[in-house]
Amino acid sequence: MTTLPLTEFEVVYHRPDTLATITTHYCPGCTHGLIHRLIAEVIDELELRERTICVAPVGCAVFAYNYFNVDGCEAPHGRAPAMATGMKRCQPDKIVFTYQGDGDLAAIGTNEIIHAAGRGENLTVIFVNNATYGMTGGQMAPTTLVGQVTPSSPTGRDAHMVGLPMHVSEMISTLSGASYVVRRSVHNVANINKTKAAIKTAFRVQMEGLGLSMVEILSSCPTNWHMAPPDALQWIEDAMMPVFPLGDYKVTDAVMPLTKRR
Amino acid sequence: MARGTVVIDMNRCKGCELCTTVCPQQILQMATLYNARGYHPAVLVDPEERCTGCTLCAVICPDAVMTVYRLPAKTGKQAAVHTH
Repeated sequence: MTTLPLTEFEVVYHRPDTLATITTHYCPGCTHGLIHRLIAEVIDELELRERTICVAPVGCAVFAYNYFNVDGCEAPHGRAPAMATGMKRCQPDKIVFTYQGDGDLAAIGTNEIIHAAGRGENLTVIFVNNATYGMTGGQMAPTTLVGQVTPSSPTGRDAHMVGLPMHVSEMISTLSGASYVVRRSVHNVANINKTKAAIKTAFRVQMEGLGLSMVEILSSCPTNWHMAPPDALQWIEDAMMPVFPLGDYKVTDAVMPLTKRR
Repeated sequence: MARGTVVIDMNRCKGCELCTTVCPQQILQMATLYNARGYHPAVLVDPEERCTGCTLCAVICPDAVMTVYRLPAKTGKQAAVHTH
């Protein structure tokens, strides 16, 4: 065989245009970067870049607005759905999405997400669940598993003292204003592709004005879990998925046709 | 089989090794050299040209450092005839 010049080949995958060219501050193997890339691919494919607004959380993804080539802003801790509500109501032709972690959405911001879903705000929420407070050093979050060792639960999470992990998708799915609530994971290629399809559906739900759409994504935190990145992905499958089952928690009849589109 | 190749933006790679766990041909390895950020980046070691351009490495890469190329089917056939 001879080596052919690259000009003979066609590009089958390249970095999405909506993803900024700067390097992210995320740790090696952190799936925040992967989820950013999926969102950027979806925005490219739906051609939404010129009318999308990102609302960044407080947490590891606090600089998310730097990483997308769309307009973005930073919300106070947990208040991304409230800020997004204001922007979407003022500019209903814009596509507004929030990108929130479990410390942001499931702890200090529980009130905001519940009432945004209760009001049926036409927003897309990307909820990244890594069972820990990543940015501050891996302390116990509402989603931390029972028995999981963290700096603030050094002998493992004790259910008798601090309760059981919070199941956000199940909770939001009970609210009438939410129209698309699913839980996905990024622990292997097949599930990454399913996650991307769900993010795409969630954006389409907003484009059609059908109410709140939320994709919960089980994500890894290799640094605070003290694991190598491949082991962290395995831990999602072995430890997190039995507690947080993947699935579609709410897909309204109006949304169902959108899930079939590619 | 389809022929492909991968171009890796080595200075953006953080050396997380996830791509090496999904490559079906096992031709992605970690370099012994360091990049500008102090990581061992992933490199394609493919002297036998086994890469099929399947894009699995690009799909799992958290830092979007992979650009994947594939030879168009027709050119691939011609090339095979030409080179054997």
